[in-house]
Amino acid sequence: MRGNLVRKNLLTALLLAPATLWLVVFLVLPFIAIAIFSVGERAPEGGYQAALTFAQYANLPARATAFWNTMVLAPVGAFACLLVAYPVAYYLALRAPQRWRLILLALIVIPFWTSLLMRTYAWMYILGGRGIPALLAYVGIEDLRLINTPGAVLLGIVYGYLPLMILPIYVSLERLDRRLLEASADLGATPLFTFLGVTLRLSLPGVMTGFSLVMILLLGEYLIPTLLGGGKVFFIGNALVDLFLQSRNWPFGSAIAITLVLVSVAVLIVANRISTRLSGARRVDLI
Amino acid sequence: MSKSYRDGLPISPEKFVDQLMRLKRGSISRRDFLGLTGLGVATAVMARELGIMPTPALAAENLGDRMSIATWPNYHDPQTFENFKAETGVAVEVNVFGSNEEMLAKLQAGGSGWSLFVPTNYTISTYKKLGIIEPLDMAKLGNFDGSQEDARFTAEGTIDGTIYAVPKNWGTTGFAVNTKKLAKPMSSWKEFWDTAMAEGDGRTMVHDYQLTTIGNALKYYGYSFNSLKQDELAKAEELLLKVKPHLFAVSSDYQPSMRSGDAWMTMCWTNDGAQLHRDIAEIAYVLGKEGGEIWTDFYAIPKDAPNKPAGYALLNYLMNPKVAVKEHLANGAPSTDARVNALLPKEVLDNPILYPAADLLKPLEFGAAATLTDPGRAELMARFKSA
Repeated sequence: MRGNLVRKNLLTALLLAPATLWLVVFLVLPFIAIAIFSVGERAPEGGYQAALTFAQYANLPARATAFWNTMVLAPVGAFACLLVAYPVAYYLALRAPQRWRLILLALIVIPFWTSLLMRTYAWMYILGGRGIPALLAYVGIEDLRLINTPGAVLLGIVYGYLPLMILPIYVSLERLDRRLLEASADLGATPLFTFLGVTLRLSLPGVMTGFSLVMILLLGEYLIPTLLGGGKVFFIGNALVDLFLQSRNWPFGSAIAITLVLVSVAVLIVANRISTRLSGARRVDLI
Repeated sequence: MSKSYRDGLPISPEKFVDQLMRLKRGSISRRDFLGLTGLGVATAVMARELGIMPTPALAAENLGDRMSIATWPNYHDPQTFENFKAETGVAVEVNVFGSNEEMLAKLQAGGSGWSLFVPTNYTISTYKKLGIIEPLDMAKLGNFDGSQEDARFTAEGTIDGTIYAVPKNWGTTGFAVNTKKLAKPMSSWKEFWDTAMAEGDGRTMVHDYQLTTIGNALKYYGYSFNSLKQDELAKAEELLLKVKPHLFAVSSDYQPSMRSGDAWMTMCWTNDGAQLHRDIAEIAYVLGKEGGEIWTDFYAIPKDAPNKPAGYALLNYLMNPKVAVKEHLANGAPSTDARVNALLPKEVLDNPILYPAADLLKPLEFGAAATLTDPGRAELMARFKSA
């Protein structure tokens, strides 16, 4: 009996070993390295030199705009994704004919096979002067500028992150017990009331999963604002790229990175709390 | 042999749905797993790299079969690398950068993977000081002839008598204007910045590069392009912050936007100016009469270059005047090498974009080593970009 238990524990440990090793090598160790960098000093020629100072953290307000922009971009971007994603997921899970469903799902996932960088570059050309504006020039709308605008950035974000929002919502809607919808109707609820009171409510865990997934990724976003926004608006991601690649102030960059990780964890915890409450105290694991 | 038209297809529709259903159930075969995750390919590549599977032999010259070069956007004739590959079997991977700071950062972090790169004059002393570039073994560069180089442009490649870098070309930093959209003739940096806030509103680009963006803002007030003085930099920052809301973009890759007509005016290097004007006649290249930057780009080899033999081989190949002349015709920047100039057609030598009048060249300054690593200028640029 006891031997059995030991063997079972050993098996668990063995099965978990690769994942643990992965986490330690690619997450924990780099995080420790960055934490050490963050209390160091910028070397005279740039880079890092050992020290023990919290000056970098005291300097965080120098990037207040970047933090502020990111704190606005992440929820607004995630909300814009949600607005587009929900109807799509709803259609897929509850309305689409069974035999089309897998093909439609595949169509949503397939763009992921190409790098986001390439796809964002494609948008640069679609929105740029030789794309849509050139078409519009034919019908007499001249000199319209679409690229490097906040609208272009939002479009890029919705385009890039949409599947991450659709899939969790789809999963939660697919599990929906249709008898609840019938029951709601039998009891005299209007379709709108049924949607708000039953469908939407039961899909909220999926919504929260998608929302926090997209939001956390957006906290580190820098590519889309750079390519579709013309690099005029600075996000934390851009601040990090600049600190490591242009001003080569690794300690300051590390301090910002650590702060960003802490903010992401805070977002995750808050989202989890809200999600738990919304779904009637049922625990939901977000990722 | 083929029984059906479907035989050659990567996957039939039925098989695809089959596969998808199986994946949905969580079942997957070993072959599919390797295929889907790319592990199969990775294993094959690893086996090759580790020598388990032999690569086609080029061992006689020991140049390997690939190398990478770090350089600037729109900077080479792609045919040059194709020809080099045809001659030596070495494929050249081209990495493009927007600033010398970025190149320095990659080299400082180590493992850049480059066997050759293209630093600008004012950075070389810093690279030498940090010990990240190789003193060049001139015996391997038979095609280079120092006596044919114009010392005004090439001096910074040599430190204490040792050659660390050999020149690619020289040029200036001015601005390009689409004269169809902005018809008023311009000749100064003052007009550049003023126009950016008026007729050029929402259509002007500045480099994502502190040296030129701050330097040319300093020129608005007639200060030195390289100034590190607090009060002068403060004035430049004030101007940049005022212009910021009117800009189209902060980016060093400005050709696509100028060509598509999205941007009407941009800070611009000689070679890009020449390419743009060659392809679109209404795009003019202007040097600010207040001065600005003059530069030379060099070739250098990083100390940790993974494939030094190929780095030297490509460098020597590029130093061949017959190869270099094609590079210059494609790139558009003037050469430092008298042998190359002798081969260039007359219309190139007469092109005022490439060889500006003496009174325009006179006030131009070479970048100073201190501006590369100065934390004050770096922070100024960051404040400008984050504003």
